[in-house]
Amino acid sequence: MLNYQLNHLDQLEAEAIFILRETAAQFQNPALLFSGGKDSIVMAHLAAKAFWPAKIPFPLLHIDTGHNFDETIAYRDAFTEKLGARLVVGHVQDSIDKGRVKEEKGPHASRNALQSVTLLDTIEEHKFTACLGGGRRDEEKARAKERFFSHRDDFGQWDPKNQRPELWNLFNGRHHPGEHFRVFPLSNFTEMDIWMYLQREEIDLPPLYFAHEREVFERNASLLAVSPHITMLETEKPARRLVRFRTIGDVTCTGAVESKAATLDEVIAEVAAARQTERGTRADDKRSETAMEDRKKEGYF
Amino acid sequence: MDLLRFATAGSVDDGKSTLIGRLLYDSKSIFEDQLSAVEESSRRRGDAVVNLALLTDGLRAEREQGITIDVAYRYFATPRRKFIIADTPGHIQYTRNMVTGASTADLAIILIDARKGIIEQTKRHSFVANLLKIRHLALAVNKMDLVDYSESVFHRIVQDFHEFASRLDDIAEITAIPLSALNGDNVVEKSDKMPWFKGPSLLYHLETVYTGGTENHVDARFPVQWIIRPQSQEHHDFRGYAGRVAGGVFKPGDTVSVMPSGFSTTIDKIHLPGGKEVPEAFAPQSVVMTLKDEIDISRGDMLVKANNPPDVGQDVEAMVCWFSQKPMEPRGKYLLRHTTKETKAIVQELRYQVDIETLHKKEGVPTLGMNDIGRVSLRTATPLFHDSYRRNRLTGSFVLVDPGTHETVAAGMIV
Repeated sequence: MLNYQLNHLDQLEAEAIFILRETAAQFQNPALLFSGGKDSIVMAHLAAKAFWPAKIPFPLLHIDTGHNFDETIAYRDAFTEKLGARLVVGHVQDSIDKGRVKEEKGPHASRNALQSVTLLDTIEEHKFTACLGGGRRDEEKARAKERFFSHRDDFGQWDPKNQRPELWNLFNGRHHPGEHFRVFPLSNFTEMDIWMYLQREEIDLPPLYFAHEREVFERNASLLAVSPHITMLETEKPARRLVRFRTIGDVTCTGAVESKAATLDEVIAEVAAARQTERGTRADDKRSETAMEDRKKEGYF
Repeated sequence: MDLLRFATAGSVDDGKSTLIGRLLYDSKSIFEDQLSAVEESSRRRGDAVVNLALLTDGLRAEREQGITIDVAYRYFATPRRKFIIADTPGHIQYTRNMVTGASTADLAIILIDARKGIIEQTKRHSFVANLLKIRHLALAVNKMDLVDYSESVFHRIVQDFHEFASRLDDIAEITAIPLSALNGDNVVEKSDKMPWFKGPSLLYHLETVYTGGTENHVDARFPVQWIIRPQSQEHHDFRGYAGRVAGGVFKPGDTVSVMPSGFSTTIDKIHLPGGKEVPEAFAPQSVVMTLKDEIDISRGDMLVKANNPPDVGQDVEAMVCWFSQKPMEPRGKYLLRHTTKETKAIVQELRYQVDIETLHKKEGVPTLGMNDIGRVSLRTATPLFHDSYRRNRLTGSFVLVDPGTHETVAAGMIV
């Protein structure tokens, strides 16, 4: 090779691999947060590459709200088996049963906010010192300011005004007992980069990401899936439509878009032409202008 | 597609957020829901026009005070290039954030208000960019609409800047562009308001400028990050050294020495993540190397070529920027993180402080406070394998960590 220049996907990959290895080196007991969404799939794929030919030296951690799409759980189990990774699951239902959290009521009820408590409880139970997350800085304005190594205090809280500076390739994961870190190896990927990387690496995705027929209904200009976990209002009418999901979270707050994109190439073409951000379909972000910052301060992903 | 990382510094008054908003908007990187959210909050705040700064100032405190506090990273792409912007505040009290944003940038945009010309802030921003060895500067002479798109005003500013820049060192290229971020003149499209200007629009310049990246491809440096030992049947004897090449080029068959032990061995194979074998590895690739001999090597050690070793020693001279509210302690002890190594360090002497408003050296100052920049000599507990920062950003940089609070208190560049 004459030209010592890496293309942008290779640069992003090299950076993410460096962060993953740095996490293994600097922390006693890390875990990789796995939701079954495309970002965490890419992150787990990168972790498998980072430690080749050894296995990933930490477990995958799934916070199960009990309101997942069935397809997500099926994919999760098959994927972790393929990687030969260990899986730890924290159940929101357990937090509810123990009285740690109270379930929201009404048609807009979501277990999204409750996850933070289950996550922090699971971190404490397993004494995880760092949790790798698939968050990207292009997703949301509060995330644009988050570090690769993001410090959390004894209460799992993020202090956006007192973040550790990160320069060059130097990441400071030193912490006192009880504190922990969130680490974001995909910080510099954009939504488009994720799709292009999935395509380049030929990674299989859950079928939810591709166009399929589904019973849906309209709410707040998004299409929600008909599901036993959501109470429909009388004015809301279900209909069978050809849809796909741009992000995958809970059934209760993840909206679908109408789409005919049935392959990765078609999805990429659609993403390139899109005029709405992917989180535009997430009801959890619409609760207020700084909804993400507020949830992150509380210990959200 | 290749990638350009650039830094901007400035406050709302300079039109920095408007400029970034314009680059994002005109390159179609802002989405409808983001724009409608910004329109909604502008209306609620009673702003007369849509306040594009709200796109970039994401934290609650920033939105309330109308200022940029922290570094924010923004992304956009054109068919030619992908861009990462480190968007940093311009005010003197946030110098540390500017230093952080500049540390990974190939190019800096220096924003100048055409009505004000070269002011103290311009010099400060240029000094920080130069300190961090950003070798490409784009002078964005903004608000040309407010000086009647005057050619002579633009030329005087460029001339003034060149005079000042002669005091900076190692600048590869300065490109000056007259523009109006508010009206979009010369930002994405060439403006017909300034037919006298024959240069490119700002975006075209960013898309086409050749920077060659910030990596060193001459001096082979491989800081060992992690040892891979699968201990499985299939890879029974595999012992791989994982890390990111910090300089130069490595090939299988190369003779390398291991710092600090000084043992010499030969590279057997080089694998990309996931296992693919490659004929060479260069910065900034993350790879795994296997060696012909079994030697004791651990994290923090460095593989180098014997005929081109780094400097090795416990005494380093460095420019540091102080980050912490707690001032530097004379003779203070800190943890020093350099490549993948951590060691203790003591501040031997503060040689001088740079007054970042006048760029004069102040000798005899007792300490450095938050946002101060100065030259220090340090002594480390174990030897560092280092190059000058000018030669290699990755082997020439370090951070200091407070051993009590674990906070990162300073960043340093080895002289």
